[in-house]
Amino acid sequence: MVFEYAPAPESTKVVNLKTNYELFIDGKFVKSKNGSTYKTINPATEEVLAEIIEASSEDIDYAVNSARKAFKSWSKLSGAERGKYIYRIARLIQERSRELAVLESMNNGKPIRESRDIDIPLVAAHFFHYAGWADKLDYAGLGKNPQPLGVAGQIIPWNFPLLMLAWKIAPALAAGNTVVLKPAETTPLTALLFAEICQQAELPDGVVNIVTGAGETGRFLVEHPEIDKVAFTGSTEVGRLIAQAVAGTDKKVTLELGGKAANIVFDDAAMDQAVEGVINGIFFNQGHVCCAGSRLLLQESISDEFLNLLYERMKTLRMGDPLDKNTDIGAINSAAQLAKIHALTQAGKSEGAEMWSAPCEIPNKGFWFAPTVFTNVSLSHRIAREEIFGPVLSVLTFRTPDEAIEKANNTPFGLSAGIWTEKGSRILEVAHRLRAGVIWANTFNKFDPTSPFGGYKESGYGREGGRQGLEAYLKAGK
Amino acid sequence: MSNIDVKRTAKLFIGGAFPRSESGRTYEIFDNNQNFLANVALASRKDARDAVVAARSAFTKWSEATAYNRAQVLYRVSELMQGRREQFVEELNLCSKSNKHAENEVDEAINLMVWFAGWADKIAMVTGSSNPVAGPFFDFSIPEPTGVVAAIAPDKSPLLGLVETIASIVVGGNAVIVIASETQPLPAISLAEVLATSDVPGGVVNILTGSYKEIAPWLASHQDVNAIDLSGVESKAIALELEKEAAINLKRVLRPNTKMDGLTRIKTFLETKTVWHPRGF
Repeated sequence: MVFEYAPAPESTKVVNLKTNYELFIDGKFVKSKNGSTYKTINPATEEVLAEIIEASSEDIDYAVNSARKAFKSWSKLSGAERGKYIYRIARLIQERSRELAVLESMNNGKPIRESRDIDIPLVAAHFFHYAGWADKLDYAGLGKNPQPLGVAGQIIPWNFPLLMLAWKIAPALAAGNTVVLKPAETTPLTALLFAEICQQAELPDGVVNIVTGAGETGRFLVEHPEIDKVAFTGSTEVGRLIAQAVAGTDKKVTLELGGKAANIVFDDAAMDQAVEGVINGIFFNQGHVCCAGSRLLLQESISDEFLNLLYERMKTLRMGDPLDKNTDIGAINSAAQLAKIHALTQAGKSEGAEMWSAPCEIPNKGFWFAPTVFTNVSLSHRIAREEIFGPVLSVLTFRTPDEAIEKANNTPFGLSAGIWTEKGSRILEVAHRLRAGVIWANTFNKFDPTSPFGGYKESGYGREGGRQGLEAYLKAGK
Repeated sequence: MSNIDVKRTAKLFIGGAFPRSESGRTYEIFDNNQNFLANVALASRKDARDAVVAARSAFTKWSEATAYNRAQVLYRVSELMQGRREQFVEELNLCSKSNKHAENEVDEAINLMVWFAGWADKIAMVTGSSNPVAGPFFDFSIPEPTGVVAAIAPDKSPLLGLVETIASIVVGGNAVIVIASETQPLPAISLAEVLATSDVPGGVVNILTGSYKEIAPWLASHQDVNAIDLSGVESKAIALELEKEAAINLKRVLRPNTKMDGLTRIKTFLETKTVWHPRGF
């Protein structure tokens, strides 16, 4: 039975959009020296939201020099004082959370339910957690009096724009570094609002610098000689380029890259919970999640029963206006991403897999892709090997736990995995043998500032979150 | 009647066996006075690849061994090194500054092996964590080995540097392919004999002799190697090339001249795995 809901859109009045945005450098919004501009849109409506600067190498130079100048005093400030600034930021984020959530959904296309209940609360939590670390760095695991690295160049993706900013900036600042952060080309708006928050927090000038732009701007930042640390979240392809670009330098690097997680359901799993977990695993944030459970591994004996439950549940998913509180599936973030999803699903069909999509009404404007499942998938299919980064689930089956583990590990990625079974010893053994950085057992897609997150193999290196995440911005004291 | 010495053939150590280089090549090494010492196996690309295969197949079992077991196995290595102390000193002396210097290096190497052995069952306690997440979940993080590690051992410290390289990598459960000191490979060959008669499973440690300039690029670009330790690379240009090659499959890279304590070195070749489970009736 499907309940009809009246539209319940969140008001956009809480957001004050400017027609064009400047760069945030040395504590001020400044014009580009010679950069061009582009328009950022709402992917659910294709309406232009604002004009954004594509920062040039001169702009990056200015931002990095400002961060370098600010580093001298910021790194000498006592940890307790640095911490208080970060606490201020955490509180300001909580105070302005509705505004941030609405703006995030407008610029990214994600359902307001997620930006309001997951993204923004986690952003505040990350700043709150790392604020408390600032005066406790002796306990970070690097011995007494560890030192910050210097200026961090940080590049973040469009799938969790403000959350990824928090993962990058909070530990960097707590450890005494200053930062130049480039938000993703398609989702710069909450980062620019965050710049305002830095001003309201009276954060010293130059400690946080926000520069907008696309890949070329990112390259200027990574290759800038005055950067001491590069932190990147994004595709494995770009991660490789960054690893090559920093070769032979003293720059430290953390990379949070792609994934192709297996979500393994055993025959004794609690079925309804597992169905919900699989839905959350792949359709959360339209599947724009590096740790998404994009490969469902079903034990053969329950595969028909499970798939029927899954299809029934998928039929009730609501796709549409991201600002509507009842929406489950929002818009695909960009035309380019939608084209990539189409290309890979097309490859799935032509390689012989069977495609089923939930019956959703596709809005006339914007970028949309209905929740989709592929069956008859083999390990060699592109849809089983490549990251689709969309609401597309590939289903494989297995007979024995060994076969499940073998298939789960048969990928160059190693970011996350899921296990569904009621047997405790099996959870621990499978978790032990999966080569992935985050294992969710009888749950999926859970995040917390105290919980280290990051990949094995080609999913990148370094961890974000917790004490381990702090270490990525520190070096041993003399 | 005088007795003629039986001389040892200097071979590679791959998968617990002592093969010659498949290429059939050797190179000559000399002592401080330019006297001929031995023809040492000159490892080839194929030998390096064979070593990766051996390391990969040994990795699963070694990484599954209990930490207590790994500690005992590595401690046993130090026991056997002690038994060969005189042999190591003699080999180091051939190229060393002084006898005292050689003795010190051997004693330090044995002590370092004991030190690293003791870390096996403490790494998880010190670097792992139970994470107090904001919700009804049990959440913990533990260190796990990165996998197969390729390493270029320091040329100038043919035993101590080699022991530090090997021990810091395998104590956490990794398997290693290490390129020994090119100019002074004899202590490495003796260490291989120690390892072969210890309880370290074949393939966990693989020792290649020869030119790292020739072999290392094949290991740096190898898709089944997960990390590379460039500690022994003296040329900046070569280190740059190797790091670029390593980016192909995003290997973890330890750059040359990185100053770090022993535990940080161990951690360089470890991953953090975080496991979540809900609480509830």
